[in-house]
Amino acid sequence: MADSSQPASDPSDGASRRDFLVYAASGLGAIGTAAAVWPFIHSMNPAADTLALASTEIDISKVEVGQAITVTWRGKPVFVRHRTPEEIKAAQDVNVSELRDPQTDAQRVQKPEWLIMVGVCTHLGCIPLGQKSGDPKGEFGGWFCPCHGSQYDTSGRIRKGPAPLNLLVPQYTFLTDTSVRIG
Amino acid sequence: MSEQTKFDNKIVQWVDDRLPIFSMLKHSAVDYPTPKNLNYWWNFGSLAGLMLTVMVLTGIFLAMNYAANAGIAFTSVERIMRDVNYGWLLRYLHANGASFFFITVYIHIFRGLYYGSYKAPRELLWWLGLLIYLSMMATAFMGYVLPWGQMSFWGATVITNLFSAIPVVGDYIVTWLWGGFSVDNPTLNRFFALHYLLPFVIFALVGLHVMALHTVKSNNPLGIDVKGPQDTIPFHPYYTVKDLFGVGVFLIVYLGVVFYAPNFFGEPDNYIPANPMVTPPHIVPEWYFLPFYAILRSIPNKLAGVICMFSAIIILFFLPWIDSSKVRSAKFRPYFKQVFWLFLADCFLLGYVGAHPPEGNLVLMGQIGTAVYFGFFPLIWIIGKIEKPRPLPQSIAQPVLKQSEKI
Amino acid sequence: MRKLILSTLAAISMAAAVPAVAEEGPELEHQNWPWLGVFGKYDQAQLKRGFQIYHDVCSNCHSLKLVAYRNLAEIGFTEDEIKAFAAEKTVKDGPNDAGEMFDRPARPSDHFVPPFANDQAARAANNGALPPDQSLLVKARKGGPDYIYALLMGYTDAPEGVTVPDGMAYNKVFPGHNIGMPAPLADDVVTYADGTKATQEQEAKDITAFLNWTSEPELDTRHSMGLKVLGFLAVLTALFYALKRKVWSDVEH
Repeated sequence: MADSSQPASDPSDGASRRDFLVYAASGLGAIGTAAAVWPFIHSMNPAADTLALASTEIDISKVEVGQAITVTWRGKPVFVRHRTPEEIKAAQDVNVSELRDPQTDAQRVQKPEWLIMVGVCTHLGCIPLGQKSGDPKGEFGGWFCPCHGSQYDTSGRIRKGPAPLNLLVPQYTFLTDTSVRIG
Repeated sequence: MSEQTKFDNKIVQWVDDRLPIFSMLKHSAVDYPTPKNLNYWWNFGSLAGLMLTVMVLTGIFLAMNYAANAGIAFTSVERIMRDVNYGWLLRYLHANGASFFFITVYIHIFRGLYYGSYKAPRELLWWLGLLIYLSMMATAFMGYVLPWGQMSFWGATVITNLFSAIPVVGDYIVTWLWGGFSVDNPTLNRFFALHYLLPFVIFALVGLHVMALHTVKSNNPLGIDVKGPQDTIPFHPYYTVKDLFGVGVFLIVYLGVVFYAPNFFGEPDNYIPANPMVTPPHIVPEWYFLPFYAILRSIPNKLAGVICMFSAIIILFFLPWIDSSKVRSAKFRPYFKQVFWLFLADCFLLGYVGAHPPEGNLVLMGQIGTAVYFGFFPLIWIIGKIEKPRPLPQSIAQPVLKQSEKI
Repeated sequence: MRKLILSTLAAISMAAAVPAVAEEGPELEHQNWPWLGVFGKYDQAQLKRGFQIYHDVCSNCHSLKLVAYRNLAEIGFTEDEIKAFAAEKTVKDGPNDAGEMFDRPARPSDHFVPPFANDQAARAANNGALPPDQSLLVKARKGGPDYIYALLMGYTDAPEGVTVPDGMAYNKVFPGHNIGMPAPLADDVVTYADGTKATQEQEAKDITAFLNWTSEPELDTRHSMGLKVLGFLAVLTALFYALKRKVWSDVEH
């Protein structure tokens, strides 16, 4: 049926109204589509139960001076060593400019007697030895990676071998003197 | 031969010279000559296509978190509902999407019945549609098993047990289907694999379905052939915009259910983890299977019941030859029109019977409903022979022109 | 017109068929739960009171395995309160470096620790009856929250001539009427932390609300998102309709 409500006017009025409708509908449609896509993408982000395990609290009250424990965090081992005064001094006395990955000991610890690092070699991902009393610790008294011979010092810094970076220090907070939240 | 389409955009032209996807798209979705008198019942084909897409997309993202192992399947679905970001939305979209997929397809099928869209030259189009329908039913049946709730388990047990009715090899077939001696982990695993596969088979069938449609062109409410360009309009922009409007209305209903009544179509028992030692008091399939469930239960003999249930769908394949009338649309077929509404009411009756335990009056109702269902087909054949159809208009354009002449 | 009436009738009979299980037992009274309706949402204070009932009464027999202690943050508990609730229970963990399993207090990331080690232990402690896990109870029962509430308020004396087996109780609403759970609620069975008067009716309402939350923790988000989505679609659909009318204005149809 002919649109008799529209007075005999130039067709450009009708055309521009139609254009407006097309733009408005397309614009809103695009916004709607983007809004509809987001839940699909976000569903791939870590779920609530994964996030709940993103940080872990550990009790360090039983770790004696000179002892070390390994805890699991985000699926990886974390080394917690209660350093002796000798180990602390050795770490602080190192000439930082000679290091492959220059970092002072102070940059790597919050309390000097507690060294907390992710126990994954920065070369190709093996777990370095040095946590247990019988383990080889390498020339620098820290950790020794059996896979390709990387050696870390008492601050976990790479001194010898193929690894490019120091052992990673994760984000952590001392909740009390005996309890640390990692992550 | 199609004439060479030239595109203004250089990049589009470059691609099209090497793989004519843009020409094909233009031919089938832009220029496609569509009867100008289609009503809103013609929206449901595109709505069904929309639902297939929604189901595949939500299904893929659900599969990223679902575990198809009998020990953890139920909890993996609950993890999706509670812990996965927007997991509840994905799950409710998928579960209710199945129901709405069947709603659109049932309306689409009944539109075809009413307007004679199954008649020559659209027989193959109709067959492809039925194959899509059968694939949908297999997909939906297996999908319902995946959450591994009480109804998942027991529904699977009842329906797979039906195959034991097959003489001689029945029991071997059931053991083969189960991968064991009852519905258990092997069954769940293979159902997941097949549930993931079948929708892509459906996509291929839909592609063939649309190709078949484009070969014979669309039917219309008058059921008469297109006589010339005065009867048609290009698919774009007329039907693209009408389909978009239909999508909007449909989404309001679908998402209204998803957000405000997400368990309306569901069964509370499926929120109880599957227990092979405890049978639920009432085993019911999802609503879209209820009429067939009623037909199955209305026959006292197990094998006959199974045969009747499958025949209820198989017989639809023969409809183009059972219905002998040369007139397509029920608009001009007074007897056929009455019988159509009776058939539709009978399907609802069978659905009601299927939903309730077979006790009391419902047993007789189910048997009558089944008889009416199958009686529909010889009745149609008779009507095709004796019916005097109303006079058909000369062309599609003509009734409209006639009206405007009166003004 | 006739077509419209017929198809509406058909749709109604379909809708009647959809809630598929046959009606049994008394008609359930419909309660005005705060989370019902388009604008419905949970009453957080009520959920906290409901948790108190679960904690003090129900958790002695019923597990809540799909809910984690950290989920309690969604109903208003603080991190410290949650840690305290979790630490009341122990969880088996391990093996440690010596190869042994050990006990540790539960953490917020753990799921609620069940009262019994397994179903058999639960049955042994409850006259052979298995108290169902409550995480999905509201969605797993026909009638949902109305059923749960009616059941909790439905303990009465058995009618004349009806004997109730030993170890069971008579309940108006429970299918078969003989329920293995003794009436769990009565006036002042708990003292509410927020000072609300703990009548049996109040307790039943609050625990039902809490159990609806354990079944549908996403409800508040779902309703508010639904409102925005449907509002947006209404506008978009209206635009599409206007565009359709405009595009079709030059076609005789």
